[in-house]
Amino acid sequence: MSEMSATAPRRRPSGRQFAWRDVWHDLRFRALGYQVLVVAAIIGLAMFFIGNAQDALHKRGISTGFDFLSQAAGFDIGEAPIAFTSADSFLRAYAAAVLNTLKVSAIGIVLATVIGVAVGLARLSGNALIRGFASAYVELFRNTPQLVQLIFWYTLIAQLPVAKQAIPIFDLAFISNRGLVLPWPSDAAAFARVLLALALAIAAAILLRRRQRRSGLAALALIAVAPLAVWMLHGAPTGFSVPRLQGFNFQGGVTISPEFLALLLGLSLYIGAFIAEIVRSGIQSVGKGQLEAARAIGLRPRDTYRKIVLPQALRVMVPPAASQYMSLVKNSSLGVAIGYPELFNVNNTIITLSGHTIEAIGIMMAIYLTLSLAIAALMNIYNRSVQIRER
Amino acid sequence: MTPRRSVSAAIPGSAAPRPAPASASSTGLWLRRNLIGSVQNTILTLLALWALFVTLPNIIDWAILSAVWHNPDSQACRDAAGACWAVVAEKHRVMLFGTFPYDQHWRAVAVIVIVVGMAILSAFRRFWSYRLFAAWLAATAVIFILLLGGIFGLTPVGTHQWGGLPLTLVLFAGTVVGGLPAGVLLALGRRSSMPAIRAVCTGFIEIVRGLPLITVLFMASLMVPLFLPEGVSIDKFLRAQIAMTGFFAAYAAEVVRGGLQAIPRGQYEAADAIGLGFWQATGRIVLPQALRIVLPALMNEIIRAFKNTTFVSIVGLFDVLRATSTALQDPLWGRFAIEAYLFIFALYFVFCFSMSAYSRHVERDLAEGRNL
Repeated sequence: MSEMSATAPRRRPSGRQFAWRDVWHDLRFRALGYQVLVVAAIIGLAMFFIGNAQDALHKRGISTGFDFLSQAAGFDIGEAPIAFTSADSFLRAYAAAVLNTLKVSAIGIVLATVIGVAVGLARLSGNALIRGFASAYVELFRNTPQLVQLIFWYTLIAQLPVAKQAIPIFDLAFISNRGLVLPWPSDAAAFARVLLALALAIAAAILLRRRQRRSGLAALALIAVAPLAVWMLHGAPTGFSVPRLQGFNFQGGVTISPEFLALLLGLSLYIGAFIAEIVRSGIQSVGKGQLEAARAIGLRPRDTYRKIVLPQALRVMVPPAASQYMSLVKNSSLGVAIGYPELFNVNNTIITLSGHTIEAIGIMMAIYLTLSLAIAALMNIYNRSVQIRER
Repeated sequence: MTPRRSVSAAIPGSAAPRPAPASASSTGLWLRRNLIGSVQNTILTLLALWALFVTLPNIIDWAILSAVWHNPDSQACRDAAGACWAVVAEKHRVMLFGTFPYDQHWRAVAVIVIVVGMAILSAFRRFWSYRLFAAWLAATAVIFILLLGGIFGLTPVGTHQWGGLPLTLVLFAGTVVGGLPAGVLLALGRRSSMPAIRAVCTGFIEIVRGLPLITVLFMASLMVPLFLPEGVSIDKFLRAQIAMTGFFAAYAAEVVRGGLQAIPRGQYEAADAIGLGFWQATGRIVLPQALRIVLPALMNEIIRAFKNTTFVSIVGLFDVLRATSTALQDPLWGRFAIEAYLFIFALYFVFCFSMSAYSRHVERDLAEGRNL
């Protein structure tokens, strides 16, 4: 098939008669021909599939369309983040499921990053024992399937003692086969708003620092004052609800279900091991000459890290970390294996109850693709901010 | 290395040759460098030792000293304080071979031997050629004859009876053997100058990479029957195999594309200059170089494909994981699930760790500029 090469001679001297062979040997026509073939094949296949599906649906008397979304769902969601009963619509079921997926993914990403940075640094530690622990963790968790890990955690939690003999953590939190109970502010709504204010203040502080390079103090003040002000506005509630054993279960505090806990562990410990490798190789990618130069101009180790190593390492670390975060969000769908009501799991129930297989799978795919694209876009923005700014 | 010595050593012919620095092999110096060099380091060491001291005896006691190793009666496990490895001894046939007919297990063992043997052969560079690929295709044929039966006097075994490690390994081998060429084609298509081909390949790669594997498998198991004409059906195993292969191909394509981009233009131009056509240039000049560059990254994807075989347990195939959880439904042994899962954890670890150790070996050779 050497005719496809760019140097293949095009034999069509002017004045000669038209011949089909010339068209056959013309690169442009060939390219066009291939493309028409591929596109036609895809369209043909799609029409064949859609025709079959329409026949099958027609025979079974299933109507297509998205009207079913407003019907009553007729099932319950175990731990819905928004109020949800079986009388609510399928649309609301999707909302609850997506929120559950987002909840476990967001906490999972934070936890995986903390684990990853800590273990990645530990692998570079001067202490051989610490290095050994970190390597063992990374090798064990990277080289075994995430699903096996997940089911292992779930089984482990299921075999913990019952609530009456729960394992106390400083008598404040308790872990049992019912999950983890943590102390929680009594005024949960106020607490959520304080957290929101903190998050906004941190975001604002980052923006502020980027605008005017030397305003660290103002940024710090903002981070401290904004949440405090919100807290005062709510009448400065200080009450904490501490879990207490009453009868066979805990009262007060906030309960984290075994399913959520197992999924969170399964996601963050697995992805954390990969992040650790990214952190380690990112830091190691900074040239030795850079460190020597930093020492030569008299930078202290702390400043060497902050001003020389980190900015260069981040450049290498961000793209692979982004794909790990995406992988974490996508694999939150493994929650189906242990019964955590995330998007994939709830979607299965919706398919069974509504019969709208194609629409439901379409909705689910659209949501996962949107989530992936959103993370990719966010990480791209962050990536641009850590890249070298060339003038 | 005292100062006095070094001074005399600096005068030619005045002293015996200096001994090699004793430090490199000395335990004392290693200790000082790695464990007790500074106050912080010593504290870290003490903390780590304390953690080991607290946990290790308990772990050893549970896993070895108080464990029940071999006992057909689960009562012995209930009475013991340690681990019940007897669950593995009792259930290993189900865990490793799933629902494959009991008297035909030798065929399943033969499949495991063939796949592992071929994988080991593929690790040696002297076998790297297109012939290796042909050997894999031949091995695939033998594997399917062994598993399916029906000829050469072998009892027929339906794919719905396949299970355990052979199923996991066949899925894995099929995914890589089918997905690698598909991935290469997708990568070439994504770099093609023909816009329609490029759009199709890019679209496939990006959509598949944006979806969780489980949804792709789920689509294959739920939507494909709906899209086929009445009366035509594709086997459940085959559907999962196709989904796994397509998923792997999309990820492999991105890795291969990275390799293709790393090949300098001069190589393409030289191939053109000596009159090679597109496929000749790609097959003989570009791909051999590109694939070598991305081999470590490709190995990562291959390891991931191995770990991903566990996902088929969610759509109802009896791979090692599903076979194990099925074995644990036995009310007598179900409470020893931790031990059973630890066993398959170790099983997967052996496979993945050997692959990643090999990958690191290749990476080191590449970094040192050795010709692969």
